Amino acid sequence: MKGATNSKAAYFFIGPTLLLLAVFSLVPIAIALVISFTNMDLTGLADYSAIRFVGFRNYIDVVADPIFVKSILNTLFYVVIGVPLVIAVSLAVALLINFGKNRLFEVFRVLYYMPSVTNVVAVAVVWGYLYNPSIGLFNFLLGKLHLAGVPWLTDPVMAKISLIILALWRGIGLNMIIFIAAIQGIPKSYYEAAQLDGANRWQQLFRITLPMLRFAIFFVSITTTIGWLQFFEEPFIMTNGGPLDSTTSVSLFIYRNGFQLSHFGYAAAGSFVLFAAIIVVTLVQFRLQRKDTDF
Amino acid sequence: MTWVVAIILTIGGLLVVLPFVWMIFSAFKTEGEVMQIPPTLFPKTFTLDNIRNLFANMNFTVYLRNTLIVVLCSFAGLFLNAMAGFGFAKYRFKGKDNLFLMVLATMMIPSQVTMIPVYLILNYMHLTNTMTGIVLPGLVGAFGIFLFRQFMSTIPDELLEATRLDGASEWRVFLQIILPISKPILAVQAILTFIAGWNSFLWPLIVANDEGLYTLSVGLSLLKGQYSGNYALQMAGSAFMVVPIIIIFVFFQRHIIENYSISGMK
Repeated sequence: MKGATNSKAAYFFIGPTLLLLAVFSLVPIAIALVISFTNMDLTGLADYSAIRFVGFRNYIDVVADPIFVKSILNTLFYVVIGVPLVIAVSLAVALLINFGKNRLFEVFRVLYYMPSVTNVVAVAVVWGYLYNPSIGLFNFLLGKLHLAGVPWLTDPVMAKISLIILALWRGIGLNMIIFIAAIQGIPKSYYEAAQLDGANRWQQLFRITLPMLRFAIFFVSITTTIGWLQFFEEPFIMTNGGPLDSTTSVSLFIYRNGFQLSHFGYAAAGSFVLFAAIIVVTLVQFRLQRKDTDF
Repeated sequence: MTWVVAIILTIGGLLVVLPFVWMIFSAFKTEGEVMQIPPTLFPKTFTLDNIRNLFANMNFTVYLRNTLIVVLCSFAGLFLNAMAGFGFAKYRFKGKDNLFLMVLATMMIPSQVTMIPVYLILNYMHLTNTMTGIVLPGLVGAFGIFLFRQFMSTIPDELLEATRLDGASEWRVFLQIILPISKPILAVQAILTFIAGWNSFLWPLIVANDEGLYTLSVGLSLLKGQYSGNYALQMAGSAFMVVPIIIIFVFFQRHIIENYSISGMK
């Protein structure tokens, strides 16, 4: 396994992939950092000599931009409500599905996983129809129950909640699978011992299952939080950030400034603010997790 | 007790499939019936006009062709991932650990940070508004490389040595020994790659200006903007995107789910 030929072969196998990753993942970070300190826009794209170094101007402007501030608050709203909701529901579904042993429960597993493999645009189109205030199914069903219709996508707060419901529907599947895998990894002997000691199902759940799932919950909460901090497709397709920017997320703000207004420097500065937020949140979660295990 | 659980899961399951059911039935309704109050579940007059309309007037043939090209190219990316996984699993070379860490680190970079510079790089290479530009940035991915490496490091070295002693080149070892053994992980990755390629949206949207390069998702979002009132047509477009994926998923779900069970929590 040693010698010059072998190590040449290794570079032959990893070379193309590393080159692509470098060009499209690593180098872009450096470029993004550089252009975030410039006034680069559409003119700069055509003629590099028009690009000026502006120092921290973009960063100062972007944090003072009322729409950016609003998009941060919206994103926080999504994260604070969405993350616990997705984790709680997918954990509950995983526990319920793990309860049964027959074919029916395997069908449930497929059923709940289905939304997460489907196309986000198609799904957003369908939900937009369901949410329609006058011809949508949801308001029709509410009417049947003699309840007033809900302004699903037109009220600033309700619109955010509607997007969260859609994203929850899409988000259960993958997390549920991770939880089921973790639940099945818990040694059966623990439960047998608990049953011998006379522990009922609730005691087994709270004393064995949930504590043993601590790592899975930690893993899911980190990936879910990162995902929600980058919330994009749902507001982009369903509401385009409206009404009155009440559903604009930070990602949508970056996309709009970068690709619709061509303010590349400004958008890059916004993306680094988001990147910093993701790093901070992840580090905080790691700290909390470590405290948890010390305890 | 199991029955209570089954009933709860059934109610939840109905809520989960409701949007799919509504979408599929609405795709076969007339434009008038879709807007009707009270709404009907089953189409009163069953029509294929919406689907025909997508292909006759809405360029869906072109979008479908582009989407299939994206899917095919992403399979080439899958092959590159497998090669890299093999390189990391079975060779010792200088800087191996650091390079692998670097690969894993790329998973943590949010797409919002890289999308502007990647666009500028493609623009510099004159690849914006080309199929190459749509496909190239997403060709390889750290997660795929990681899964291949994990799987391939369990293949015994003796097997490779024996083949080498028979005079096989490294490339033949990879093609004739490693790939056939790696069939299970290849199958899973192939399904995930297909789903991702079929669903690709944001990057084609950014890079393609020309409608002739749009993928199905981009075309569908365009349709939603242009025919915002015609829900029957929109539902037909959505159903056309979602149903193939559901069929493929239901056929192969066991592979995907087991793969997560194996690799997810270890």
